[in-house]
Amino acid sequence: MKTEVSFTLNAGVVVAELAGHELLIDLLRDRFGLTGTKEGCGQGECGACTVLVDGRAVNSCIYPALEVEGRQVVTIEGLLGPGNDLAAIQRAFVEHGGIQCGFCSPGMILSARALLDRIADPSEEQIREALVGNLCRCTGYVQIVESVRKAAEAMRSGGSGGGGA
Amino acid sequence: MSELRHVGRDTPRPDAAAKASGKAHYIHDLSRPGMLFGKIKFSEHAHARILHVDTSRAERLPGVRAVITAANTPQVRFGYLRDNFALKKDKVRHFRDEVAAVAAMDPDAAAEAVELIRVEYEPLPAVFDPYAAMMEGAPLVHETDPEGRPRETNEVPVAFHHVSGDIDAGRRAAKHVAEGRFSTPRIQQSCMGTAGCIAEFGGDGNLTIWAKTQIPFLAQRDFNRALAAMGLDGRNARVIVPCLGGAFGSGLDTHAYEYVAILLAHRTGRPVKIVYTRHEEFANLSPRQSAQVYVSQGCDEAGRLTFRHVEVFQDNGAYTSWGATYPGVMLLPATSLYKVPSIVFDARMVYTNNTYCQAMRGYGNPEMTWPLESNLDELAEAAGIDPFEMRLINCNEPGETTPMGARVTTCGLRDCLVAAAGKLDWASKRGRGRKMRRGVGMASLVHVGGSGRIYRSDASGIILRLDDFGNVYVSSGGVEMGQGLHSALTLGVAESLGVLPANVFINETDTATCPWDVGTHASRGAFTACNAAILAAAKLRNRIFTLAEEIFPAEIERNLAAYRSERPGYQPPRFDWRLEAKRDRFDLRDGMIFLKDAPDEPWARLELERLLRAIHFRPAGEMLTAEAFYDPPSDLPDWGRGRGNMSAAYAYGTQGVEVEVDVETGEVQILRMVSAHDVGRVLNPQTIRGQAYGAIAQGIGYALYEEVRTEEGRILNPNFTDYKIPTAWEMGFPIDLVFIETNDPAGPFGAKGVGEPGLVPTAPAIANAIYDAVGVRVRDLPITPEKLLAALADEER
Repeated sequence: MKTEVSFTLNAGVVVAELAGHELLIDLLRDRFGLTGTKEGCGQGECGACTVLVDGRAVNSCIYPALEVEGRQVVTIEGLLGPGNDLAAIQRAFVEHGGIQCGFCSPGMILSARALLDRIADPSEEQIREALVGNLCRCTGYVQIVESVRKAAEAMRSGGSGGGGA
Repeated sequence: MSELRHVGRDTPRPDAAAKASGKAHYIHDLSRPGMLFGKIKFSEHAHARILHVDTSRAERLPGVRAVITAANTPQVRFGYLRDNFALKKDKVRHFRDEVAAVAAMDPDAAAEAVELIRVEYEPLPAVFDPYAAMMEGAPLVHETDPEGRPRETNEVPVAFHHVSGDIDAGRRAAKHVAEGRFSTPRIQQSCMGTAGCIAEFGGDGNLTIWAKTQIPFLAQRDFNRALAAMGLDGRNARVIVPCLGGAFGSGLDTHAYEYVAILLAHRTGRPVKIVYTRHEEFANLSPRQSAQVYVSQGCDEAGRLTFRHVEVFQDNGAYTSWGATYPGVMLLPATSLYKVPSIVFDARMVYTNNTYCQAMRGYGNPEMTWPLESNLDELAEAAGIDPFEMRLINCNEPGETTPMGARVTTCGLRDCLVAAAGKLDWASKRGRGRKMRRGVGMASLVHVGGSGRIYRSDASGIILRLDDFGNVYVSSGGVEMGQGLHSALTLGVAESLGVLPANVFINETDTATCPWDVGTHASRGAFTACNAAILAAAKLRNRIFTLAEEIFPAEIERNLAAYRSERPGYQPPRFDWRLEAKRDRFDLRDGMIFLKDAPDEPWARLELERLLRAIHFRPAGEMLTAEAFYDPPSDLPDWGRGRGNMSAAYAYGTQGVEVEVDVETGEVQILRMVSAHDVGRVLNPQTIRGQAYGAIAQGIGYALYEEVRTEEGRILNPNFTDYKIPTAWEMGFPIDLVFIETNDPAGPFGAKGVGEPGLVPTAPAIANAIYDAVGVRVRDLPITPEKLLAALADEER
């Protein structure tokens, strides 16, 4: 059974024909070439595949692609502004050592972005709580938490999160 | 080395922006035209004879392009002792043995086809307990050795021994003795990016393989050997390393899945990609070696160690990897952590039908430091000496040669101990938190800090190539796996050559274009690659300054004329710069060539890129490239005697921790950690902090909850729900980092390796703190709530 979904993907509206059981991660990676979304476990355990659906961080590896009909999906590529400018949250991860192997980074950054869109000045505890579903094996999370705090500061003083979304 | 401009400055990693924007490409993201997807059929028994493999249904499935078994492919043998096969023919020796494999047009068809393969087995008696495997009459995991000679026992034929001093005299001199048996579990490296490769044969019959490896050049050797076994003598393997989603030791061996991909690619004539799912990664990728260690140490009345006796026993699993050389690294702490006048060290390893094991960060060192540093606290208690004092009394010193023959050049252990105790407020906290179930503990370590020679060559090659625009392209065989090698190398090249970091570009690691490197392990990446860069940069500078003698005067004449015309009446300094323009009078910094004696004259400088173009486009022009091959001053140890100066420098450190124990639940809460390490010199504060924090987090998982649990050889927790690694929540305590800079003469800019040390003493520091808090000691990692509650209950009885 083929079904068509229409949704906003990063900057524009897209249409895709789905085989019924398709998952959002496969739609993004295989159909739209958005390989910034990583598959770390395929079971919703590690958060590497996190994307934003209507501003909420979801695990795209267990999210039915059918569910995106009419919604707004933002991937890591969608955070970039014109001229590939990094969004404030991405810049903070780069500048404050929040990235090592980088495999968890897109998901981690999007979870952090969802938090900062909700709470402009989160406590350390709120940051750690928001990132608990995003596993990282390299960093020990210290500089990730620092990066999120710095991004919050930058976004509060600079207004928007920069970038495209 | 004069004042440093880039080394030591907090600098973002060169690969960070790509990784932050989803533009870094891992094996999972790569594709080749016409690529097929491979999938492996794994064993369904821990030990069984293979009677028949029926692939007929799989072959008929639409989309399937090949189904291979040991019966229809050449035999490809691999492994540290060459005891493993890409596909198993006669029998399977553990659950993860590769029995068959398919290549299909898409991953779903490949997965479905594997399910359709039927294998008939005759189950054999299996052995899972390493002690039982050593008993007479135990089922033999391997009936023959790789040469076909019958094997009598399951013992792995590797020998690691060490005897120094007079152990009997050491025992007699001991006023206090502590002994115990300790164990460490198998744990999963848990890279966020799972393992995988793409194998492709080109039109010329040569192989290209994109591999998740830390050893591209040893892998090339392994793969070339496989090509020869496949009848492709004279063909070459080119190994390309894409962006790696972590490695932590899992890339120190070549793996069966890589050989299977090669066989499938050869069979189909098309590129074949195999990427493990998370379940496959847990079930079929070799975890860290487990270890059982007996240790006994004694000291005199003053607390000076008089002897140390260590016996190691390891369950190797069904095949060998380089992990079989763990005891070689265990020898270092066993002989060189603290001053010990007499030592006996012995290690044995046995085949079982459990999953075979491989390297992980620390490579035997955490397995040895766990018993040594736990036991040292027990000895301190027996002697009535504060554990911090005990460590100071036996502290290593710069200039000493340890019983193994390790020549300790610089040693910051005493400073590390003092810093850890100070930051932890040891004097006021130790022994005073019992009521609140709070305690402090510490543990130290020694690790190779100047690479670790476990192979004939311990070298790293490098090529630096300059273009017309003042950029330098770096070809290095070292592997960036997240640890920050490219960050260190960028700063090291910028510093040693005299260009800006923005003009340094690190090429993809590729055996076709990069010079040989033994591999990225032993915390050696930055140490060896930056040392190689310094050598190559010196060659380039020499050539640049020689050429500047010719190019500089005319350029300066022009500059000076222009400068004067803009500033009438300007008087240049009273020296003849024509005479000064000699090769030894030049300097190059941040891409600008200038005279050492007139560094501030704006006209007396020449952009590097102008010089490069001038020499490129003149008659008989030239472009500049330099290479260097750095092999550290160290020896390949004699493992049987346990002797040799295996590293060019040694890294000491101490970690302290404060914990609170919930005696109702058995849970351990970490309140704070202090991590003090002799790092020689900090190359990039941001990345060194990341290495330390990350290693501590892995150490905490190792100490408190990580374990690959098995039942009769089957892995019970092959996912992140049942196999827990630390999350941001568990890491929510303060960590103080202290970097002691001892400026090692062998180190690039004085730096030593730092990648592994943070993991090594974390578990014993926690165990020692738990003992301080509640007076019980768990000797088997991980210290789970169940084990701690049981120990508390025992204590009450």
